[in-house]
Amino acid sequence: MKCRTCREPAIIDLPRHNANFCAEHFLQLCRRQVAKAIHDHEMFTASDRILVAVSGGKDSLAVWDLLVDLGYRADGLYIALGIGEYSDESRGYAERFAAERGLVLNVVSLREEYGYDVPTAAKATGRVPCSACGMSKRHLFDKAALDGGYDVVVTGHNLDDEAAVLFGNALRWDVEYLARQLPVLPARHGFPRKVKPLIRLTEREMAAWCVVRGIDYIIEECPMAAGNRHLGYKEALNSLEEKSPGTKASYYLGFLDRMAPLLADLAATGADSVRPCARCGAATGVADEHAVDGEIVCAFCRLVERSAAHAPVSVDLVRKKSRAERRATMEVEAR
Amino acid sequence: MKVILRNPRREIVIDGRRRVHALLAELELAREGHLVIRNGTLVPGDAELDRDDVIEIRPVISGGA
Ligand code: SF4
Ligand SMILES: [Zn+2]
Ligand SMILES: [Zn+2]
Repeated sequence: MKCRTCREPAIIDLPRHNANFCAEHFLQLCRRQVAKAIHDHEMFTASDRILVAVSGGKDSLAVWDLLVDLGYRADGLYIALGIGEYSDESRGYAERFAAERGLVLNVVSLREEYGYDVPTAAKATGRVPCSACGMSKRHLFDKAALDGGYDVVVTGHNLDDEAAVLFGNALRWDVEYLARQLPVLPARHGFPRKVKPLIRLTEREMAAWCVVRGIDYIIEECPMAAGNRHLGYKEALNSLEEKSPGTKASYYLGFLDRMAPLLADLAATGADSVRPCARCGAATGVADEHAVDGEIVCAFCRLVERSAAHAPVSVDLVRKKSRAERRATMEVEAR
Repeated sequence: MKVILRNPRREIVIDGRRRVHALLAELELAREGHLVIRNGTLVPGDAELDRDDVIEIRPVISGGA
């Protein structure tokens, strides 16, 4: 196989582009796709200060690398979630990446700063781990961006992630989520702007970016992710993609082009009023607010309160429980 | 050839030469979900893998929400 651009030997075949590329021209393609996403969706400009949500995985390190490579000013934030060895290792990858490139990586530890970790929060609140984790991450990224004076938070969501979420939302016809599944979430009072520059690139392409650029990242999965529904959607979409290359891109990018505009009114109604949390001051949407002794307390502060009071729970305990729960749910759904 | 698989990390030995896409098919691994790395360098689907190559087949799908 030869590179489509220079006819030198190729290192990767990209069936969705019906082409093969050498290392240099593969990197060029990735840079162009990211630049196009940033431009088309007006994500940010060269003068913006960017905070990248860094997990130590391929997507977050790739997007950080790409932004710096394209000349943007981007710092990272890593949140130590306390998910056993997985967290210790992923933190190491994030810190080495930053140190080798002289980049700024901020670290927030749930255990050290808030007195809990994700497995304990899951147990203490009865949420599935990803829900407790996602809520903690959202809150802390918002807070870090506002406190640190950043203009925008960047996440490493790629085309596969967005197509899988779209698939799930469409299977349930969850129109409010559909309306808001956009690559740019505008800033509103108390919340920073959030953007996804990798929406035009697949997971396979992001892993390849890391290999070609010599970026070491955590390959192991978060132990909490095993068997979740999201993974099943990705596999389903990938089997369509193998038969018909380009399916994922036309599905998600076509949604942005032709369907999302029809849902724009619905997306706007979601931007409801917010009030400050009595404990931490964070903007709290009506759907999230909850009165405790007559005061508005945000969902994060309530989670912290319950989790920090709970004895630490090991990763395995939560995993086993959630597996059993999944089996139970499957049995209920099958009936 | 020695083939390193991940999640969990394990090694298998495959006799003889193979093209990359044939190796993936034999192991029932989806092309869209994997990268094939030979001695540290990415190789495309039609590359011929040799007896003494060390091959890593790296899954690329992550599950976090
Ligand atoms: S898989 Fe779930 S628990 Fe693990 S890091 Fe992602 S959101 Fe958090
Ligand atoms: Zn080339
Ligand atoms: Zn609060």
